[in-house]
Amino acid sequence: MLTGEDKKLLQQTWGKLGGAEEEVGADALWRMFHSYPPTKTYFPHFDMSQGSDQVRGHGKKVMAALSNAVKNLDNLSQALSELSNLHAYNLRVDPVNFKFLSQCLQVTLATRLGKEYSPEVHSAVDKFMSAVASVLAEKYR
Amino acid sequence: MTTPHCRVTTAWGPPGGPVPVPANGPRWAGLAQGIKPGPGSGSAQPRALLQPSRAATMVHWSAEEKQLIASVWGRVSVEECGAEALARLLIVYPWTQRFFASFGNLSSPTAVLGNPKVQAHGKKVLTSFGEAVKNLDSIKNTFSQLSELHCDKLHVDPENFRLLGDILVVVLAAHFGKDFTPDCQAAWQKLVRVVAHALARKYH
Repeated sequence: MLTGEDKKLLQQTWGKLGGAEEEVGADALWRMFHSYPPTKTYFPHFDMSQGSDQVRGHGKKVMAALSNAVKNLDNLSQALSELSNLHAYNLRVDPVNFKFLSQCLQVTLATRLGKEYSPEVHSAVDKFMSAVASVLAEKYR
Repeated sequence: MTTPHCRVTTAWGPPGGPVPVPANGPRWAGLAQGIKPGPGSGSAQPRALLQPSRAATMVHWSAEEKQLIASVWGRVSVEECGAEALARLLIVYPWTQRFFASFGNLSSPTAVLGNPKVQAHGKKVLTSFGEAVKNLDSIKNTFSQLSELHCDKLHVDPENFRLLGDILVVVLAAHFGKDFTPDCQAAWQKLVRVVAHALARKYH
C-alpha cells in the first residue's frame, strides 16, 4: 500500500525528470527489450533497432500513462481503468512482463538520479509499479 | 555419489567430485582477456575440471558480455555495494528481514543502512558473488555448496536470490549512471539470473 510518504516521494521523483519523460520512457523500454528479449514478442511489428522511432514513441506513451498515474495516486484504479481494459481484452500482456518493465524503469531512473535514487525512493517506485501492474492485470480473469 | 542421468556420454570427472587445479594452472577456458583479477583470486579453492562434454549445458557468455561484466566489477567497491544492495533488499522488500532476526535494529531505512551487521553481511554476500564474476564458465559448480547451505541450513526461498540480483543491478545503475548502458544492464541481468539459478539448483 502506498503511504503518504511514498506518494510524496513519487511526485518529487517525477518532478525531477524535468520534461525528459519521453527519453526516460524510451530508455526504459529499450532496456527492457534488450535485457528481456521475450518482451519483444508483443511488438513483432516494431523496428527494434536502437533509436527506433517506434520504440521512442511507445516509450513516450507508456511514460505519459505512468506520469498520469503519479498525478492520481489516490485513485489508481480509476486513472488506469481504460488501460486496464486494454491490457485485459486487447493486449493481454502476461503480467510477468510488468515486473521487467518495472525493473528497467528503475534502472533508468537510477542512472539519471544516482544517489538521489535513495532506498526510500527505490521502495516507493517499486511499490508504485507493483500497484500499477495489479490494476492493469485486474480484469484479466 | 553418482549422477543418475548423464546427458553426455563422456566422463564428468572423478567420482570424488571437484579436482583441485594447481595454482599456476591454466585459466578457465572462455575467460575473457583483460579481466582484472579481483581480491582473493589467488586462493587455492578446489574447482572442477572443465570437460568438453559439459559445454552443452553451460551458460554461454559472449566476449562482449564478459568484458562488460568485468569492466563494471573492476570499478565496484564490494564493501559499499554489498552493504547497499543488502540494505535495499531489507528496505524495499521488508519481508526479507525474516532471515535476519539476529541483526538488531532494522526498524527504518536509516537503521538498516547504518546497521553494522547488515554492512558486514552485505560485503560477505557480494564477495561471494564475485566468485561468479571470476568463474563465469563454471557458476553452477562455484555455488554448488552455497546452494545446499541456503536450502538445508538457511531455508531461504530462492525467490530472494532473484530479488537481490535485481536490486544489485539497480545499485550498479545508481552508481555508474549513464555508463551503465543498456548493454551493460543486459549482461548483468543475465549474470544475476544465472547466479540465482545456480543458488537454487541444489534445492530439494
